[in-house]
Amino acid sequence: MRNAWLVAKREFSSFFASPVAYVFIAIFLMLSGIFTFFVGNFYDRGQADLLPFFNFHPWLYLFLVPAIGMRSWAEERRSGTIELLMTLPITVTEAVIGKFIAAWGVLALSLALTFPLWISVNYLGSPDNGIIIAAYIGSWLMSGAFLAISMCMSAITKNQVVAFILAIVVCFLFVVSGSGIVLDAFQPWAGNLVIDTIASFSLLTHFEAMAKGVLALNDVGYFIILTALWLYGCLIIIEQKKAD
Amino acid sequence: MISVKHLTRTFDDFTAVDDLSFEIAPGDVVGFLGPNGAGKSTTMKMLTGFLSPSSGEVKIDNLSMQQNAKMLQKKIGYLPEGSPVYGDMTVFQFLHFIADVRELKGKSKKARIGEVITQLELQSVLNRTVDNLSKGFKRRVGLAQAIIHDPQILILDEPTDGLDPNQKHHVRELIRKLSQDKLVIISTHILEEVTSVCNRVMIIAKGQLRFDGTPTALQQKSRYYHAVSLTLSYAADISGLAEIEGVADMEINRITGQVTLFPEPDTYILGPITNYINHRKLPVDALFVEQGRVDEVFRRITSEEAA
Repeated sequence: MRNAWLVAKREFSSFFASPVAYVFIAIFLMLSGIFTFFVGNFYDRGQADLLPFFNFHPWLYLFLVPAIGMRSWAEERRSGTIELLMTLPITVTEAVIGKFIAAWGVLALSLALTFPLWISVNYLGSPDNGIIIAAYIGSWLMSGAFLAISMCMSAITKNQVVAFILAIVVCFLFVVSGSGIVLDAFQPWAGNLVIDTIASFSLLTHFEAMAKGVLALNDVGYFIILTALWLYGCLIIIEQKKAD
Repeated sequence: MISVKHLTRTFDDFTAVDDLSFEIAPGDVVGFLGPNGAGKSTTMKMLTGFLSPSSGEVKIDNLSMQQNAKMLQKKIGYLPEGSPVYGDMTVFQFLHFIADVRELKGKSKKARIGEVITQLELQSVLNRTVDNLSKGFKRRVGLAQAIIHDPQILILDEPTDGLDPNQKHHVRELIRKLSQDKLVIISTHILEEVTSVCNRVMIIAKGQLRFDGTPTALQQKSRYYHAVSLTLSYAADISGLAEIEGVADMEINRITGQVTLFPEPDTYILGPITNYINHRKLPVDALFVEQGRVDEVFRRITSEEAA
């Protein structure tokens, strides 16, 4: 795992060597502010919590996380550095994990930088900080799932734009799979079991409880398993077609 | 020691490498020659474990590449085609990253990084990002990366491509210095490179091995090998030259006026020719023995249909 750490370090500094990380963090902070204050009516609700902030996270991640994940493998393929990376004594698993950790680290940093909101809410009232911390952890876990999907899509192609769009589509399906958009397509013919299963894939449903600060085992497990599965998919894709 | 048996790689219906078998021992500096698209890079990708063969196998020190890739890759230094390097890193950061991956630590890491920087003259660009480097510098960074851990096996895909003549010379000197007791494979399509650096030549075309031997053996395949060329200061009767014993054929270049005499196999014709010239007092300006024209042999070998 030493190598995974080396890859992660390299990737992390490469996010900051280019404007990618700065732009991402700036946009993330701006959008989360806009959503919280203007769309989420932070003040009008008159409640000392960050629910309006966390509620918009799935939608924010839907566009922003694929932007962070899209370059991870597509860029390696395009520039040919994948050949360098794969002929160094680093296993594919280590490379996949390293890249994931680096990008997840950027997401953690972005989340951490929303601390002024947390300070504001503490200044204005007396919120339950345990709930807020739990919600932060939940949000970070969810971003990991989005990221794993994005990186898997990035492994498919050498074109970052294609990777970005594919990632958004797949992430979108996971976000809305509990709502009418997806379920209506199954309603007329599928049984309840199928519909319930599909609905249970929904990121929104699992995040709902987390945003309120409840870290239930099944929700946490859901995000961890989802992340692991997509990373495993990414691993297989790279193994199979690293030279294409 | 690398041993390759019946190595084949196909892409859809295109066969890039077709049943290659060969062995390379330490001390061999192999020039891997072939026209573009002959399968050189594909072979190298399989030797380094990047690409898996469709059939056949690559063994290094009696271990199969496919099962022991990560262990064997520690012994290999590889410069991929086009010298891909992470563009957003500075040269210094990049070399540090590679040194870390190569498990160099502390003093030896510092020493090795310092050494490759000197060897490839990278001092002036250490803090520049790779994206902003010229092609020549990029290539040298790629080479530095390949030799940083002082590998037993060095596989270089077109190491001098894109370098100017001075840099080419420099890199060849470097390879010559590095190649003592190492196993080196260099792919190139520059023929002079092979005769100046390598002690073994392998020519492949259409994925098949067409020639495997020393550079001298390659030169011997040329009809110019040990042929004698001469130029005359003014027109004279030279018809007698073709009659000399041991001379198989005579050719006159109409533009330069150069006369070339081809020997019969395994005969030295320089002596009889100089005797004849002295005897007839022919007005010879220049006279030299040809070493064999490798480009002619290369063309012949690679354009032959599969033997």
